[in-house]
Amino acid sequence: MKTMNFAPKIALALLAAAAAFTMSGCGEEKKPEPVKKAEAPPPPSIEIKIGHVGPMTGGIAHLGKDNENGARLAVEEANAAKIKIDGKDAKFVFVGEDDQADPKVGTTVAQKLVDAKVAGVVGHLNSGTSIPASAIYNQANIPVISGAATNPKLTEQGFKNQFRVVGRDDQQGPAIASYMAGDAKPKTVAIIDDATAYGEGLANEVEKTLAAAKIKVLPREKGTDKTTDWKAILTKLKGKKPDAVFYGGMDASGGPLVKQARELGIKVVFAFGDGACTDEMAKLAGDAAEGLLCSQAGLPVAAADKKFLDNYKKKFNADPILYAPFTYDAANLLIEAMKKANSPDPAKYLPELTKIDYKGATGQIAFDDKGDRKDAEMTIFTMKAGKITPVAVIKGGKTTPIADFIAAMSPAAPAAAPAPAAPAPAAEAAKAPEAAKEAPKAEAAKK
Amino acid sequence: MDIFLQQLINGLTLGSVYAVVALGYTMVYGIIQLINFAHGELVMIGAMVAFTLIGVLVPAGMNPLVIVLLATACAIPVCMLIGYAMERLAYRPLRRAPRLAPLITAIGVSIILQHLALLVWSRNNLAFPQIIKTVSYHIGGATITNVQIAIMVMSVVMMAGLALLVYRTRLGTAMRATAQNAQVAGLMGIDINRMIAVTFVLGAALAAVAGVMVGSYYGIAHYQMGALLGMKAFAAAVLGGIGNLPGAMLGGLTLGVVEALGAGYIGDLTGNVFGSNYQDVFAFLVLITVLVFRPSGLLGERVGDRA
Amino acid sequence: MALIGIVLVALPFALSQAGTAWVRITNLAILFTLLALGLNIVVGFAGLLDLGYVAFYAVGAYAYALLASPHFGLHLPFWVILPIGAAVAALFGVLLGAPTLKLRGDYLAIVTLGFGEIVRIFLNNLARPVNITNGPQGITGIDPFSISGVSFAKTDTFMGAMISGPMKYYWFLLVVLVAVIAINLRLQNSRIGRAWEAVREDETAARAMGIDTTQIKLLAFAMGASFGGIAGGLFAAIQGFISPESFVLVESIMVVAMVVLGGMGNIWGVILGALLLSFVPEILRYTVEPLQKAVFGRMIVEPEVLRMLIFGFALVLVMLFRPAGLLPSAVRKRELAERKA
Repeated sequence: MKTMNFAPKIALALLAAAAAFTMSGCGEEKKPEPVKKAEAPPPPSIEIKIGHVGPMTGGIAHLGKDNENGARLAVEEANAAKIKIDGKDAKFVFVGEDDQADPKVGTTVAQKLVDAKVAGVVGHLNSGTSIPASAIYNQANIPVISGAATNPKLTEQGFKNQFRVVGRDDQQGPAIASYMAGDAKPKTVAIIDDATAYGEGLANEVEKTLAAAKIKVLPREKGTDKTTDWKAILTKLKGKKPDAVFYGGMDASGGPLVKQARELGIKVVFAFGDGACTDEMAKLAGDAAEGLLCSQAGLPVAAADKKFLDNYKKKFNADPILYAPFTYDAANLLIEAMKKANSPDPAKYLPELTKIDYKGATGQIAFDDKGDRKDAEMTIFTMKAGKITPVAVIKGGKTTPIADFIAAMSPAAPAAAPAPAAPAPAAEAAKAPEAAKEAPKAEAAKK
Repeated sequence: MDIFLQQLINGLTLGSVYAVVALGYTMVYGIIQLINFAHGELVMIGAMVAFTLIGVLVPAGMNPLVIVLLATACAIPVCMLIGYAMERLAYRPLRRAPRLAPLITAIGVSIILQHLALLVWSRNNLAFPQIIKTVSYHIGGATITNVQIAIMVMSVVMMAGLALLVYRTRLGTAMRATAQNAQVAGLMGIDINRMIAVTFVLGAALAAVAGVMVGSYYGIAHYQMGALLGMKAFAAAVLGGIGNLPGAMLGGLTLGVVEALGAGYIGDLTGNVFGSNYQDVFAFLVLITVLVFRPSGLLGERVGDRA
Repeated sequence: MALIGIVLVALPFALSQAGTAWVRITNLAILFTLLALGLNIVVGFAGLLDLGYVAFYAVGAYAYALLASPHFGLHLPFWVILPIGAAVAALFGVLLGAPTLKLRGDYLAIVTLGFGEIVRIFLNNLARPVNITNGPQGITGIDPFSISGVSFAKTDTFMGAMISGPMKYYWFLLVVLVAVIAINLRLQNSRIGRAWEAVREDETAARAMGIDTTQIKLLAFAMGASFGGIAGGLFAAIQGFISPESFVLVESIMVVAMVVLGGMGNIWGVILGALLLSFVPEILRYTVEPLQKAVFGRMIVEPEVLRMLIFGFALVLVMLFRPAGLLPSAVRKRELAERKA
């Protein structure tokens, strides 16, 4: 009797499963159609899919969404600009995927994008998902630009289709380390990291640079990316009396770190990488965050592209959190290369992407032969009245205070192409160098 | 020595937080031998509700202490309601089911609560407004803040209050009777379902307070904050002897101090071969060692075969 | 039987029509089925709740990665490493089992949970002072399987048909899966299987009947772990990159959920549970967005969030309606019927 009762339930469950399967089947089959249409001879418009991957659920989902917003904004702006490619109206379709910051999901969604025949991909966020996914994109020869993965290994696998617009750990680490060394003149530095690929990788590079400068580095301390109680580690450090502290990790753990350090009476300078180079630090740590140092790849967004900030805010009703300007640039780079090649075919536009020279929201972007950002500027920030404020720009190992950087470049400003309105004078001036560089190249491109 | 004292203070504060969360686990376990894996999510909801209220009340320019109390007073009923719903819908129907079935529903409830919180409070790390001015006191070279003192006092008060309730009131007697033998308690005229629901609701109230404590101490809330905290508190409850109220307190404090001392001294003691990165390993090793020698935890009674 | 065999062998061709992603998803589903079957020995057969099972998966994966990658410059063939991985994982199983023999129920659960975390933390930190695991950076460039020069990572054309890398892995996984199921079926009805059942139902009585409970429990841990080790090795080869973030607590809990949801102790139930929990989130990934648009005309809840919500509700509902799992084992079914009566 009892078992009989279950029979209809099982049947129901099976039915539901079958329904789900057929539905998924339909969803799948529908997808390739538009692409096929695009291949047919003379349709007036051409549909180009741009994929984005990042974690939309999980511990760093907020950063994933921020990344997605950046790329989405670029795609929507491109649609609004009514770009023509190969004589047809280009209609860019944004395909967002969630990799849950999980490497195995990363490969699955990468394959899903390849199946959906996307023309290019922006992402992933984590190095841990980007590296296994990169092999899949490479087999399909689809260009990928990461706006956030900083692990050097990503671009050292010899994949011609892999690019990144964010600074590598070994570009950013030396920059913030040498600035900290010059600024605080420490004899002993403590380094803490969050035991993630990002935090540890960056901390290792900082340690290398400091060691090369003959500065004593204390044995590494580690928390996790979810650590909120740093007091034990900080108390230990307090006993070792370092002159400066570097933390490789994100703002969610970095904020409590600096707050608790001040509570314990540790008064030395704290330095961070780009993961904790956000205004969020001031919200999390309050006054304790004042005076911290941190670095970001590229030029300060606030200075380089006010228009991006305004549009982002208008569209998503929030400020970009961290890497959105980079994914925005990454998506624009794909579109720009397609425009130059006059084709959304990866085989055709990939060469254009390789030799691109583009002025993005994060500064001038060109790629070296590995696919990394060539000769990238690094900007050093400090926390002033609750806002991160640029203090210096580091390029090719040379540090220029932000004021000098602006002053040195401003005479060239008039040559600038019509630039978006930027009220802050600093912003205007900081834009000048790009404009100056851009001008001759733009002319060259016109030919 | 001042460093050691400071580490003790650090550990005791962290331990107090674990203890309050562990009390919730241990109460529920004590009465129906169920590990409510979704308990950590209640802590998270408590912190989130408090976050919203503090955000609303701060512009009103009230006394910070009043704001925090009001926020707590709102977080408690919200968590109680969720705790009740959880018991009623996800656990009660499974009371006679195989032991692991409620474990899976608990995981399901966790996932649901987390993602509902995501919808309501976004994916962002929410920065708690720093409304209570931190005042530091110096004792023997170590520093202790008013917030830390408040957390320690609160946790002791809550444990004491709970112990009073369980051991000194009629309700508590009924709860203990249900815990000892639900069937017999039922025969004695105790409404078992009500007792179990009350336990869940009380646990949820504790979770709400813990949430406010964690949120305002660390200044941050996130929709997944409950998972890790829940795991640590569960470990603390087991360490102390799950089902035992003073045990949860002792387990929490022990775990907190072990973690702090681990982070503080492993590096120096092992010539930096191991460092603070092995802090959790150290904590778990202590837990395993204790359980190997006392298989039912520090204060736990010998339990029969329940696997 | 033969028909099922043909369908299973031909499946990747059909799946490729829907997208190679589905072949990959199927491969992961089989991997998790292997894990669930391994855990079923510990939880389902012997009744020992293990919340740190992912540790064995990690050990197997790292064994493979370290012996077949540029990290140490070793490139052993897979048929050498997989048994090594299984053996090392089994050793870890005994290592976990030995000190915890006295523990029961929830105490065992927290210790195994701690064990899983300890293994992960070690993997995450054994990069200094001596670099063994390369820490959180993970190990890149892991060799794919290759049989007489045919690499599993590349697409080949065989008799006019495109054979992609994931498809090759699928067939290999299928063979392993069939072997593991066969072993499990044999085990269940063997002397050892009955001894496990006895320990699960009443340890004291089992001992009184002359069963060496220490040995039989350690055997359960070791056997369960070795399956995890094999699955780990396969995972490392398929991914080509591993890092400790793949071996977190949530993975352990998912595997436990597969075992319990399917019906612990029942091999077919466990397989069903593993396949369902692997496929449902992926199916939702494909359907949630179009479905919402079709029903409401626009997106109301973000698909990623809705997917997780549905998944959570599914776990709760299945348990409420089938407390002993979708396909309960015979013993459990009997127990439940008795209790209800």
